[in-house]
Amino acid sequence: MSIASAASSATSSATGPAATPLVEIDKVTGGYGGSDILSDVELSMTADQIVVIIGPNGAGKSTLMKSVFGLVRIRQGHIRLDGEEITNLRPDLVVQKGVGYVPQERNVFPSMTVAENLEMGAFLRRDDFRPQMRRMYDLFPRLAERRDQLAGSMSGGERQMLAMARALMLEPRLLLLDEPTAGLSPLFIDQTFERIKEINSLGIGILMVEQNARQALAIADMGYVLATGRNRYTDTGANLLDNPEVAEMFLGG
Amino acid sequence: MDVVQLFVYGIVLGSILTLGAIGVSLIYGILRFAHFAQGDVAAFGAYIALSVVVASGLPALAALPVAMLAAAGLAILIDQTVYRRLRGASPVILLISSFGMALVIRSLIQLVWGPHNQTFASGIQIPYRVGGLVLKPDHLLIVAAAVALVVGLHLFLTRTRMGKAMRAMSDNMDLALVSGVPAERVVMVTWALAGALGAAAGVFLGMDTRLHPQMGWSVLLPVFAAAILGGIGKPYGAIAGGLVIGVAMEMSTMVIDPAYKPAVAFAIMVLVLVVRPQGIFAGKVL
Amino acid sequence: MDFLGLESYLVAMLTTVGIYAVLSLGLNVQFGLTGQINIGIAGFYAVGAYTAAILTTSESVHHLGGFGLPFVIGLAGAVLMSALIALPIGLVTIRLRSDYLAIATIGIAEIIRLVFKNEDWLSNGVRGIPGIERPLAGWLGTNAHVTLAVVLVVLAVVWWLCERARVSPWGRVLRAIRENEQGVTAAGKDVVRFRVQAFVVGAAIMGLGGALYAHVVGFISPEAFMPLHATFLVWVMLIAGGAGNNTGAIVGALIIWLVWSGTELVTGRLPPEFATQASSVRVLMIGVLLQVILIARPQGLLPERAPRAVGAARGRGK
Repeated sequence: MSIASAASSATSSATGPAATPLVEIDKVTGGYGGSDILSDVELSMTADQIVVIIGPNGAGKSTLMKSVFGLVRIRQGHIRLDGEEITNLRPDLVVQKGVGYVPQERNVFPSMTVAENLEMGAFLRRDDFRPQMRRMYDLFPRLAERRDQLAGSMSGGERQMLAMARALMLEPRLLLLDEPTAGLSPLFIDQTFERIKEINSLGIGILMVEQNARQALAIADMGYVLATGRNRYTDTGANLLDNPEVAEMFLGG
Repeated sequence: MDVVQLFVYGIVLGSILTLGAIGVSLIYGILRFAHFAQGDVAAFGAYIALSVVVASGLPALAALPVAMLAAAGLAILIDQTVYRRLRGASPVILLISSFGMALVIRSLIQLVWGPHNQTFASGIQIPYRVGGLVLKPDHLLIVAAAVALVVGLHLFLTRTRMGKAMRAMSDNMDLALVSGVPAERVVMVTWALAGALGAAAGVFLGMDTRLHPQMGWSVLLPVFAAAILGGIGKPYGAIAGGLVIGVAMEMSTMVIDPAYKPAVAFAIMVLVLVVRPQGIFAGKVL
Repeated sequence: MDFLGLESYLVAMLTTVGIYAVLSLGLNVQFGLTGQINIGIAGFYAVGAYTAAILTTSESVHHLGGFGLPFVIGLAGAVLMSALIALPIGLVTIRLRSDYLAIATIGIAEIIRLVFKNEDWLSNGVRGIPGIERPLAGWLGTNAHVTLAVVLVVLAVVWWLCERARVSPWGRVLRAIRENEQGVTAAGKDVVRFRVQAFVVGAAIMGLGGALYAHVVGFISPEAFMPLHATFLVWVMLIAGGAGNNTGAIVGALIIWLVWSGTELVTGRLPPEFATQASSVRVLMIGVLLQVILIARPQGLLPERAPRAVGAARGRGK
């Protein structure tokens, strides 16, 4: 528990010592099919945090995030959401527990309109989802303008916004983002990070994997550097940016 | 024969093919396999209607709801007993299974209703004459009913929760699943719709021509041609595909032996597959 | 049944099994080895049968030819003609996804059937071509044992060639294409050429089966080439025997033909009013059997023996 406790002591400065972690990844080993990608990985975060996972290709970043969402077979260890065991829970049940997930690719329904995409995001809601839809249109005014447009005909940046809005329709406690800025133009990258901060300020924990590591760490409370499926460095975003070893090995000097 | 007259016949045939092709497309969109028993499910529906017509003396169109319901039931039954057990298998296995299922249904039809040709109504219909055009009342009924069914399907797909869930699953299966779309229920509704629309195609084909145990197999090729032309998995494309194939098949009789009508459907299909494998209307939704 | 009756029954049955085994081997090249779905077996089978008939029968005013050529030339012609018809079809359709190819083959078989049914000058239409001599009849006489021997020799040769092909580099490339097409393309192989070759070779073997059929039964007409017998039974045979396994293809032909004949025993017990429906009951039973095999033992009786197991390779993909 050394790294995890180090992590929680690092976060305690921001949240106070008694806070239950929103997500707790506890010595998780697992992968897809027969082979393990993650070994003994630990991660812990609270609801007010933005946490970024970085590392080289094949380090298991996406795998780690997907393990929270039940998309990875976990052989050892535990994953808890607000103290509740969610290890190997089916994705649709994880969604019901309050976790939103935005995959890197294929994250919208291309032949459905923006409004229909949001409606699909709210599929599990039995109550009136229209107030939440309005909140999404307030948060992403661009989507409001295009509510009757087909998602497939929108630009990459707009689609990314829609994907996030769709994942927020169930009002999750935690939002998982898989490389939200991949393939976007610099202008949209800045905008996307702004939105992520805004979403976080609503009290939604953000756990994301990012290739634009410097920018992501700049807005992150905590950063986890993975290498070959293991924890390598765990520190605040600012400290990681200042760490010369991390900068040289993982941030391209 | 007159070009306009053949065009009218083409529209009638096209309406029938459209209904079959929508079924094929819906199944492909959700389950990602070419359902080769779709024609025989349609034939089954036609024969159910025949039994209702014989027992009640009502016209075939009145028997349509019963036929659609029965074929929907048959499609769900096939899926639950056989295809569901093959969900994890490759689409190739499902395709072969459905090929076998086509023969099972055809045998059942032959067992229950006999191997000979049958018709819904004996006697000759008095056609309407509009200008030089001959319009049989059945033809008008077929086109009108097909339009009504397509409109109904459109409303279902765009206005209801289940309809949108179907579109979502066909659009992006993984995302639909993590959004909590109940996959197995959507699959069931898909089969029910495909069966019901297939039955309508079968009944209309029976009204237009005759009933025969092979009727399902013989429309399978033009039905798939229509579905592929429209972009398989895209039910709206199937409408255009069905009409194009239907009109082309009928108009072709001006220049070639009518016996080769299926070959026309085939030729168009191969042409489309070679030139534009994603179908003419791929990526567009009406 | 007395001994002679039983013997002649067995000889006739094994002859039929031999022909189906040839078809099953042809399908195995296309599906078992390469993963192509051909629902138009009946078409290539018919091309082979008609070619052999036209080449070997004596001259007739009712159809093209006949040319009165020897049996062996008929076989060669059947193989060649099926291959020639399969080649352009393969070139056009082989790039398609496997399910599109399946649909295309239905169309091809249907068109071939329509041609033989409607083109009287070629095939005498629905009246068919009679008087096709038994294999090597001019040399060895019309003897059922000789016929069986000829069929079995042809089968043995086809099996041996298919086995050689399977373990050859050519067969390995085909298997690799089936498992991982991108990988093979990346390795610099012309995937399309290999797939067309497999399709043509399979179709040629089916044509050979058709030629044997024509000589064994002596009379052919379009009725014999409805999709049911030729296409459906062959598929059940290959799946039951084990797709990818040449010996399995033959074993499957034997077993399914036994089952198919056995269903006659069941339908024989039906009340007389169902007598005319007997064939439907038989198809029904075989259709159900296929579903059971696909669900319970999709790899067939003799699973493919390959360097890499099919199931494992598929499992690793996404």
